[in-house]
Amino acid sequence: MTLIQKPRTIRPKRNARDTGSKVAAYLTLTVMCFFTFIPFYFMFIFGTWDKSEIYTLPPHVVPGPDLVGNYSVLMEKINFWRSFWNSLYIAVISTVLTVFFCALGGFAFAMYEFKFKNLLFSLVQGSLLIPSLMGIIPFYLIMQAIGWVGEPKALYIPGIANAIGIFLMRQYIGSAIPKELVEAARIDGCSEIRIFWSVVFPLLGPATATLALTTFIGQWNNIVGPLIVLKDRDAFTLPLALRSLQGTSTVETGAMMVGVCIAVIPLLIVFAFTSRNLIAGLAAGAVKG
Amino acid sequence: MQTVKISRIVRKKTFNWTNFQRVAAPYIFVSPFFLLFIVFGLFPLLFSLYLSFTRWDIASGLSTMRLIGVQNYLDTWNDPLFWKSLWNTFYIALLSGVPQHLIAIPTAYVIHTLVRRMKHFFTAALFVPFITSTVAIALIVTVLFSERQGVVNQAIASLHALPLIGGLFPAENIRWLFDKNSVPVVISLVVIWKYTGYNIVLYLAGLQTIPQELYEAAQVDGATRTQQFRFITLPLLRPIAFYAVTLSLIGNLNLFEEPFILVGTQYGQNQAGMTMGAYLYKSAFELGFADQAAAMSWMFFVVVLALTLINNRLFRSRE
Repeated sequence: MTLIQKPRTIRPKRNARDTGSKVAAYLTLTVMCFFTFIPFYFMFIFGTWDKSEIYTLPPHVVPGPDLVGNYSVLMEKINFWRSFWNSLYIAVISTVLTVFFCALGGFAFAMYEFKFKNLLFSLVQGSLLIPSLMGIIPFYLIMQAIGWVGEPKALYIPGIANAIGIFLMRQYIGSAIPKELVEAARIDGCSEIRIFWSVVFPLLGPATATLALTTFIGQWNNIVGPLIVLKDRDAFTLPLALRSLQGTSTVETGAMMVGVCIAVIPLLIVFAFTSRNLIAGLAAGAVKG
Repeated sequence: MQTVKISRIVRKKTFNWTNFQRVAAPYIFVSPFFLLFIVFGLFPLLFSLYLSFTRWDIASGLSTMRLIGVQNYLDTWNDPLFWKSLWNTFYIALLSGVPQHLIAIPTAYVIHTLVRRMKHFFTAALFVPFITSTVAIALIVTVLFSERQGVVNQAIASLHALPLIGGLFPAENIRWLFDKNSVPVVISLVVIWKYTGYNIVLYLAGLQTIPQELYEAAQVDGATRTQQFRFITLPLLRPIAFYAVTLSLIGNLNLFEEPFILVGTQYGQNQAGMTMGAYLYKSAFELGFADQAAAMSWMFFVVVLALTLINNRLFRSRE
């Protein structure tokens, strides 16, 4: 084994042109990052100025003194923390259930041979072909029919065993978990659900993380679902509550920006710690899918 | 006799549980998907197909539903706003879709080939918009692009004041969120801002699957970096490009949130920001014509299906 050596990489000579293109590359990326973050910067700045100070000439580019004032206006206008809690509640429950049921489905498709397996899996994939817009009217009708309009469960139950999650889990389980492991557990007398829960599930760390993050982010930012089924202001999620600020006759821009800040920052913090896993997970899904 | 009977009972018992649960397990494990899909996906979808052939006021219950044949489809066909929103959807899909990939492919290539230090930092930073809520960015953009003295209009005004190149920039404030020419541009800018980083990640993943040896061989043969990009990178990126373009296409055809938050209830001058999604939502939930909207959504489905097939054909024909 050791005798076979990889051919040594031929390194191009470092020259001025190479250094030049490197500098250009870093400069371009920095400019792109600038345009990526400039909306966040102004979100923060606007949040610290009174609404009468936001459209001044020239625009403010440093923080102002009105953050506290804007915060209290925000509290007056909408039930902000209630909405924050609603969003968190829906996102967390959704994440936990989605990870469990998608892992279960992915486990079955990756580890078992059973009748109609291929047909069933094609159906899972086929469900992805339905454009999401097609769903909005039927979604409302079914929720109305079963009396779930206004209920948070209307937002998290339908998606807990979704095609993308099952697909991701099937890919990961198929490539990372040896079939012998499952067979050994079976010989030791484990029931099938026990094999899943005690043997396989603990090994799904990276895939679980990716699916949990995408589910949480998707629910936290979801607007279409809540817009259609949540009617009562007390049930509003954050995006809905923030949007309702827009409709008022005098738009409280500063307060709105404080609200947007508080809604955006938790995800930014989570992302700061998990970006490697999230990006790697999404990339792996794309290459294999 | 006695012993045989006992052993049969024991055999039967073991057969019943251990084997049964082993055979049934995969079906039970995949059943949540099918249960939920039938209840929340398939059944409502078929119901909306039925609904599209009826006249029905949602508020007055199922008993008032009556079949009227293809009337809803004819009405949709004769509705100028349907064609207008269809056109808007295509226009905005192109305006926001093409630049995403034109930016993402070279950027991913540059990150892959030239950037060593802070590689993950740049990728992650450019990915941040993807995890940001559409409502949040759209609200920020309404302030930045305000027709009063929004930051963008002020920046343009100060550019206009410059000597020489000042003439290139308009003197008056642009009514970004009203004017029929600028509304699609602002919507597209938000979409480009939000999804380019995601595409960069996809293309980076694709680039990493291209074997390094190919580039080394090309270098030995004296290929320049541009030639390597043209003749190695681009052709080998096709599978991932197909995936990324398909995602963009589907996402852009279903565009709803961005126009909904940015241009609100009127959708700008001449409804220039009215996408198919926005019109469907408005018809069904603001005007209460769910029956007509159902017909519209099925007509739109046919269009989406056709475009998806064309997209598949385009990528396959170049193989």
